Amino acid sequence: MSGDTILGFDEAMAKYDPVLGFEVHVELNTATKMFSSAPNVFGDEPNTNVNEVDLGLPGVLPVVNRKAVESSILIGLALNCKIAEHCTFARKQYFYPDTPKNFQTSQYEDPIAYDGYLDVELEDGTVFRVEIERAHMEEDAGKLTHMGGAAGRIQGADFSLVDYNRAGVPLVEIVTKPIEGAGSRAPELAKAYVAAVREIVKNLGVSEARMERGNVRCDANVSLRPYGREKFGLRSETKNVNSLRAIEHAVRFEIQRHAAILDAGESVVQETRHWHEDTKSTTSGRPKSDADDYRYFPEPDLVPIVSTPEWVEELRARLPEPPAERRKRLQADWGYTDLEFRDVVNAGVMGEIEETVAAGATPAVARKWWMGEIARRAKLADVDPAALGVTPAVVVELDRLIASGAINDKLAREVLDGVLAGEGGPAEVVDARGLAVVSDDGALQAAIDTALAAQPDVAEKIRGGKLQAIGAIVGGVMKVTKGQADPGRVRELILKTLGVEG
Amino acid sequence: MTDELIRSSAADLAAKLAARDVTAVEVVQAHLDRIAEVDGGERGINAFLHVNTDEALAVAAEVDARRAAGEALHELAGVPIAVKDLIVTIGQPTTAGSKILEGWMSPYDATVVKKLRAARMPILGKTNLDEFAMGSSTEHSAYGPTRNPWDLDRIPGGSGGGSAAAVAAFEAPLALGTDTGGSIRQPGAVTGTVGVKPTYGAVSRYGAIAMASSLDQIGPVSRTVLDSALLQEVIGGHDPFDSTSLTDPSTGLAAAARVGNVAGLRIGIIKELHGEGYQAGVENRFNESLDLLRAAGATIVEVSCPNFGYALGAYYLIMPSEASSNLAKFDGVRFGLRKMPDDGPVTIERVMAATRAAGFGAEVKRRIILGTYALSAGYYDAYYGSAQKVRTLIQRDFAAAFGQVDVLISPTAPTTAFKLGEKLNDPLAMYLNDVATIPANLAGVPGLTLPGGLADEDGLPVGIQLLAPAREDARLYRVGAVLESLLEDRWGGPLLDKAPSLVEPVGFRQAQSPLVEPVETLATKEAN
Amino acid sequence: MAAINRDDVAHLAQLAHIEMSDAELDKMAGELAVIVDSVKSVSEAAGADVPATSHPIPLANVMRDDVVGHVLTAEQALSGAPDTEDGRFKVPAILEED
Repeated sequence: MSGDTILGFDEAMAKYDPVLGFEVHVELNTATKMFSSAPNVFGDEPNTNVNEVDLGLPGVLPVVNRKAVESSILIGLALNCKIAEHCTFARKQYFYPDTPKNFQTSQYEDPIAYDGYLDVELEDGTVFRVEIERAHMEEDAGKLTHMGGAAGRIQGADFSLVDYNRAGVPLVEIVTKPIEGAGSRAPELAKAYVAAVREIVKNLGVSEARMERGNVRCDANVSLRPYGREKFGLRSETKNVNSLRAIEHAVRFEIQRHAAILDAGESVVQETRHWHEDTKSTTSGRPKSDADDYRYFPEPDLVPIVSTPEWVEELRARLPEPPAERRKRLQADWGYTDLEFRDVVNAGVMGEIEETVAAGATPAVARKWWMGEIARRAKLADVDPAALGVTPAVVVELDRLIASGAINDKLAREVLDGVLAGEGGPAEVVDARGLAVVSDDGALQAAIDTALAAQPDVAEKIRGGKLQAIGAIVGGVMKVTKGQADPGRVRELILKTLGVEG
Repeated sequence: MTDELIRSSAADLAAKLAARDVTAVEVVQAHLDRIAEVDGGERGINAFLHVNTDEALAVAAEVDARRAAGEALHELAGVPIAVKDLIVTIGQPTTAGSKILEGWMSPYDATVVKKLRAARMPILGKTNLDEFAMGSSTEHSAYGPTRNPWDLDRIPGGSGGGSAAAVAAFEAPLALGTDTGGSIRQPGAVTGTVGVKPTYGAVSRYGAIAMASSLDQIGPVSRTVLDSALLQEVIGGHDPFDSTSLTDPSTGLAAAARVGNVAGLRIGIIKELHGEGYQAGVENRFNESLDLLRAAGATIVEVSCPNFGYALGAYYLIMPSEASSNLAKFDGVRFGLRKMPDDGPVTIERVMAATRAAGFGAEVKRRIILGTYALSAGYYDAYYGSAQKVRTLIQRDFAAAFGQVDVLISPTAPTTAFKLGEKLNDPLAMYLNDVATIPANLAGVPGLTLPGGLADEDGLPVGIQLLAPAREDARLYRVGAVLESLLEDRWGGPLLDKAPSLVEPVGFRQAQSPLVEPVETLATKEAN
Repeated sequence: MAAINRDDVAHLAQLAHIEMSDAELDKMAGELAVIVDSVKSVSEAAGADVPATSHPIPLANVMRDDVVGHVLTAEQALSGAPDTEDGRFKVPAILEED
C-alpha cells in the first residue's frame, strides 16, 4: 500500500517551502451529548449510551447542550478568538454509516469563535504564532469496526459493525489559517501546536484531552511550494493522527512524499490520507463522492446561539492562567534551570510533573522519574510518556518506598515493571515479588563478615582511614544479597564492624 | 345508539362519558365497528393503515374503571382519536406511508402521543397519508389511496387524507394531522371537516417524521371547531425536546370557541387568494360566508399581500431542500428497509442507493432530487437563499395585513375534490392545490379550515380558511366557531349530514350518481 | 439559471444516494425542468437588502442543562435494524474489493 517514494527530508527542505494547516477536533467531557441527553461516556458496551436522537431515528429533534456551548466559548477565549454575538448551526451532508442522520450537525458560516491565535513555543524556546481561523461546535460520529479484512482496516473488509455510543459526543473543531514560514521546523511545529492545544483544553477542564482515546484528534494539511512562490501548492489532508509523535512523523512523511512527487514533475493529488503508525507512512484515503458538495444549509431544528457580553465575561472570568504564565510560575516554583524546564516541556510531561508534585513528590523527584525512567520506557515503547500508564500516585509511592529504605533505585525499576504489568500498586508489587531490601542486620552482618574476611587488605585500608576503599566491600555485600540491601545501611555496618567513625 | 355515538362530536362524547351515559369501551367499540364497516375492501375508505383494536379497548376499559372509582379524569379521557401515520407510536407500526418504513416499530412515542396517553384518549389507529406527507391527494401513499367519503372516486386531499376521511366518515371523532403546506387544511376543505395548523411551535414536532422542519406543524382534525380547540389544548404547549417549541401555554382555545360573537372584529379578504384560478362554486361559498360574517357584525375589508405570488415558488424550494436532508437518514442501516443491489459489488454506498430507490416512491424521489439541486454548490444563493428572503417578504405582508385586520379569510383550496388519478402525473397541477395554504406555513401563522358548504357545480365540500397572527390561535377558534354556527343554522345541521352514508348496499350507490342528490339538497336549502 | 438536464439529475441522484435507471433519469429531468422553471421567479423577488428568514418565529438560546436523561437499551436500539451482530449494526463493506 505504502509504495510511495519519498525524498530525504533535508533535500526536500532545500527545495521546497512547506505550508501547514491543522484541524484539531476536541471531544468535550460533558456529561451528555451535544444534542441529546444520552450519556457521553467512553468505552461502554456498544449502543448502550444512545437514545433515539443519537440513532437518528425518524421523528427526532436535537436540543443544544448549554455546557458544550460554554466549553466552546472557553476554548475560543483561550485561543484569543472573538466570540460570535450570534451564531447558528448548519447541516453538513454526506452519507456514511457512522453518521446516523447522514448529515453532521455543525457550524458553517458563523462559527462560535473566530480570528484568534496561539503562541507556540518550540524546543529551543522560539515562539511561533499560529493564527486561528475558527473554532466551531459539532457532533462526533459513531465508531466503525471493519471485519473480515486484515488488521481491522477498511481495505479488504467484508463488512463493518457500527457502534453509535460516540455519535453525538460534543466536538469543537479548531481550524488554523495557513501556517507559512515554519521551514524545516514544520514537523516540530506541528507537534508543538497540537501539544499546546491539548494543554489548553486540559487546563480548561473541558476535555479529558487523552489523545490515545481520541479526545484530541488532528488532521494535518501539508502542501509544498518552491521557495519564493506565493501561491500554495496542492495539499493533502492526513487524518487519524492520534499522538504527538505521530503528528510530527506524519507531517515529516508528507513533506518528503510531496517533494518526491514534485521532483518527478508530477502534481500532488488533493486528497485525504490516512496515517499508519505501524508503517510510519500515509496511504490514500477513501475517495469521498460527496466531498465536493456538502450542501450546507442552516439547521432548521435549532435556533441561534446569542452570546451576550455578560455571558462571555462570566466565562472569561473562569479562564485558568494562560500557558506562558503558567510555565513561568511552575519553573519558579520548581526551581528548575531554563534547560531543565525546556526539556520537561519538550518531553510533554509538564502537566504530569505538576500533578506528581501536587500528589506529594518533590519537584526534583518528579523530574527524576518523568525525565528518567518513564521517559526511557516511553521511548522504547514508542508512545508519549503520559500514555505509558504511570500515574502520579505511582511515582509518589515509589519515591516513598525508596525514601523509607524499603527499596532502592534498582528495585524501584523492577517494581515499576510489576505496576505496568498490572500486578497492582508499588507496595503490592514489592510484597508479591519479594523485592524489599534486606534490612535484617543479622543477615547483613554475616555477609559483611564474609566480605571483610575475603579482602583483609581492603579492611586494613579502611581501618587506616582510607574510607573510599569501602566501595569494594559494599559491592561484595550487594553481590551476595543480590542487590536487595540498602547500600547506606551496609556502609554503616561495615564502619561499625571495623570500629571506624563514618 | 351506535350511529349516535359515531356521529357525536368529541365535546358531546366527553359530556356523555362524564355523565356516565355511555362507557368509553362502548364509544371505542362503536368506532372500531364503523372502521370495520367502511374502511376495508375494494371500495373502502382506506383511511387506516393500522387499527389499534386491543390497546384502544384496553385504554377505554381503564378509563371506565377509573371513572367508576371516582377518579378525576381529563375532559377528553375515553374519547378516541386517530393518529396520522407520520407520528411515531410505541406499540403500533409507523410507516409514513412509505415502503421504506414498512412494519417499523418506534421504540419511542412522539410528544403529542405522550400527551394523548396522559389524557387517556384511546388511539384507534394510524391513518393513511401521502408518502412522507408529500402530496395533496393521499394517492402517493405506498399503501393505496384513501377515498373521499363524499365520493369514493375522488381524492380526500393530502397529505392527511386519512385523518380527514376518517373523521368525515365517522370512523373517529378526532384525529391528528401534520401540516407543512396545507396537509391538514386542504384535506379538511375537500372532506367537509375542520382542521387547524397551529402557530409554528405551538405544538411539539418531536416524533413527527420531518418533511420540512421549518414548516411542519402537528394539528387537530375534527368535525367541529370546538373539538379542534379541545384537542389543541391537549397536544399543545412547551416541549423541551423541540428547540422550536414555544413556551406559551395552550389554554383558552375552547373558551374562545365558546365566545360566540364576532361583532366589531375586522376580517380581511386577501386579494391575492381568491378570484382567478378558483372554482366558481368555491368563490360562491366563500362570498356566502363573508355575507354571514358581515351580517353578524364583523367588518369585512380587502387587504393585499403582494408577495403571496412568490409563496408557492419559495415553498417548492424550501420544502424539498429540507426534505432532502431530513430523508437522508432512511438508508437501510439503523431501521427500515434494506435492499441489496441487483448486480455488481455489494458496498454500503450501493446498498443505500438501492434501498432508497426501492423504498421511496416517485414523488419523494422528485422532491429529494429537487432539494438536493436547490442546496447544491452554486445554486444555494439563487434558490434556498432567495426563498428564505421571500419568506421575509411574506411575513411582512402578513404583518401589514394584521395591522389592519384581526383575522384573514380565504378559500382553503382553489377547487373541490378532484378525481383519483386526475393530477397524479402532473406534479405542478398537484402543487397548485396548496396555493392558499402555503403562506401560513412560510410565515408560521396559524390557519383553520372549516366547511363552507357544497359547490354548486359538483356538490362537493368547499373549505373556508381563517388565518390569524402568530400566537393568536384563539382568534381562529372564536371566528371559526361563529361562522360554523351561522352556516349550520343555514343548513339545518352539520354539513356532513349531507354526505353519503357509506353503508347503503353497494348496488344502490352504483346505480345512481352520487353527485346529484347533494347538489339538489343544497340548492333546495339555499333557495329557502 | 441553467436548465436542468439528464446529467445534472444523474449527479444529484448520486449525491442523494438514489439509484436511478436511464428511463427514470430522463423522466425526472423533464419534470424537474418544469418545476425549476416555475420557481425561478423566486430568485428575482427579493433584493439584497432583504434578510433571510430561517425560522418563522424567532427564538434564541434554547439550550438544555447537561444532565443525563433517558437511554435506550441495546436491544431497543437495534430492534429496527435490518442486520446486526454482537450488539452492533452490521453494514456491507464500505470499500469495493480491488
